[in-house]
Amino acid sequence: MSIKLEHITYTYSPGTVYEMHALKDVDMEIPDGQFMGIIGHTGSGKSTLIQHFNGLMKPTSGKVLYNGQDIWAEKYDRQKLRSKVGLVFQYPEHQLFEAEVLEDVCFGPKNLGLSKEEAEERAVRALTQAGLSEKFYKSSPFELSGGQKRRAAIAGVLAMEPEVLILDEPTAGLDPQGRDEILDQIASLHSLRGITVILVSHSMEDIAKYVERMIVMNKGEKAFDGVPREVFSHYKELEAMGLAAPQITYIMHALGERGLHVDTSATTVEEAKASILQALERLDK
Amino acid sequence: MGIVKAIKLVHDYYKYDESGHVEGTYRALDNVELDIEAGQFIAVLGHNGSGKSTLAKHINALLFPTEGALWLDGMNTTEEEDIWKIRQKAGMVFQNPDNQIIGTVVEEDVGFGPENMGIPTDDIWQRVNESLEAVGMTAYRHHSPNKLSGGQKQRVAIAGVMAMHPKCIILDEPTAMLDPNGRKEVLRAVKELNEKEGITVVLITHYMEEVVNADKVFVMDQGKVVMQGTPREVFSRVEELKSYRLDVPQVTLLAYELKQAGVKIPAGILTTEELVNALCQ
Repeated sequence: MSIKLEHITYTYSPGTVYEMHALKDVDMEIPDGQFMGIIGHTGSGKSTLIQHFNGLMKPTSGKVLYNGQDIWAEKYDRQKLRSKVGLVFQYPEHQLFEAEVLEDVCFGPKNLGLSKEEAEERAVRALTQAGLSEKFYKSSPFELSGGQKRRAAIAGVLAMEPEVLILDEPTAGLDPQGRDEILDQIASLHSLRGITVILVSHSMEDIAKYVERMIVMNKGEKAFDGVPREVFSHYKELEAMGLAAPQITYIMHALGERGLHVDTSATTVEEAKASILQALERLDK
Repeated sequence: MGIVKAIKLVHDYYKYDESGHVEGTYRALDNVELDIEAGQFIAVLGHNGSGKSTLAKHINALLFPTEGALWLDGMNTTEEEDIWKIRQKAGMVFQNPDNQIIGTVVEEDVGFGPENMGIPTDDIWQRVNESLEAVGMTAYRHHSPNKLSGGQKQRVAIAGVMAMHPKCIILDEPTAMLDPNGRKEVLRAVKELNEKEGITVVLITHYMEEVVNADKVFVMDQGKVVMQGTPREVFSRVEELKSYRLDVPQVTLLAYELKQAGVKIPAGILTTEELVNALCQ
């Protein structure tokens, strides 16, 4: 069970002067239950890529397989696929439209053909998972704060009970604690329900903290694919692509250069702390 | 008096019922006192809904005090005849680059402000040239803004403000939608305006790393200024910041954790260099 891309190419406006190759021969497989991150500068092909995962975009050439089946095969039910592979766009709160939060979250499941009761049951579950408390269910989405709106919108996708959850910069514009809360919630959803999570982010710190595997997109191609500590060790190449590594990576390399024997592949504060304390201890002896 | 001065600034938002009667009020700013000296680089931190953007809109008279007062370059924002002067002296840059560009060509967009001010054509072009140069976008002057990256668009927006020759520029989360490179570009441009042109900068942000070079940091919570000081002073109070839903830069957090674990390093470390020097003596 997985999502598999085989030699995906996507060209915008083919045959015109505006022709642009947004994806070039991209190959990847995302196994069930993985927490994967995607980074890349603006225009690197990230958004085009994620819209291939649930069949919102059709590759110019190449194949997209979901659980082994070609999603562009003649009789494949892509409608159903989109309820299994949920996509939370950037600033999803712009898509809230009902008069009440609970109603808004019910919209998806109702469209799946569920009864009102079933839809509400799912909506309540989704809102709980997204961390929005019951007192907001009857509020207008427009009365909520930025962070609360974001949660309501994410709940709208969770209510479809997707097997795969794709989030395009879910924390943009949120304050630090709001950022941590939403990502913690997604991480616990991942570990409790075992769903696949694909996180697109501009925050290298968040990628380092949460994902097991990361993909770096550059000029429509997959530039790196691996565990964060390995990928971030190429920080100089990442910089050349308009990206960066977490601040910790720079600290550890700077310490290493000054002769302190630390683990330069540490990417989080906890890892760095442990490694530095160890190195200092060795120094004392 | 500094360039921005606020005394007991209060802002209430009103909620109206269907017949137009006031149903309730929400106090977004609660007795804010500010005194910003000309030429300073000021950062404002605070969680979503803490009152940062409301404060920003008071600085260039987009909102007016419910109580108290705010002066921009000596002008009271409630004096109606000074409003246009105030808005020209204090320029705003917002979060979304796509919402604030109106021209179809970069240079036209930048010239829009001074043109509206009735500046003679030759002077407009000179201002456009200088502003584009200041943010490093001269090479793109004939481009269409919608083909630019987010960071480039934000720099065009900043140039548009610059062309009005402001004394103060207020940036409300200008990097929230940008990738790491875009963020660097915009911050570099802002820093240069402050250092080279002496423009007062008020930067509102959620990225703690962006404020380590500020002259002064204000932290807002529930409409009040709850902390203020140099970045070092503010960021050495890790627990207090966390209680306001904020954070410190990763390097500051790491230094704090190491200090807690008994490593002898000074408090309030802000940069990689400082930490490395403290650890490798």
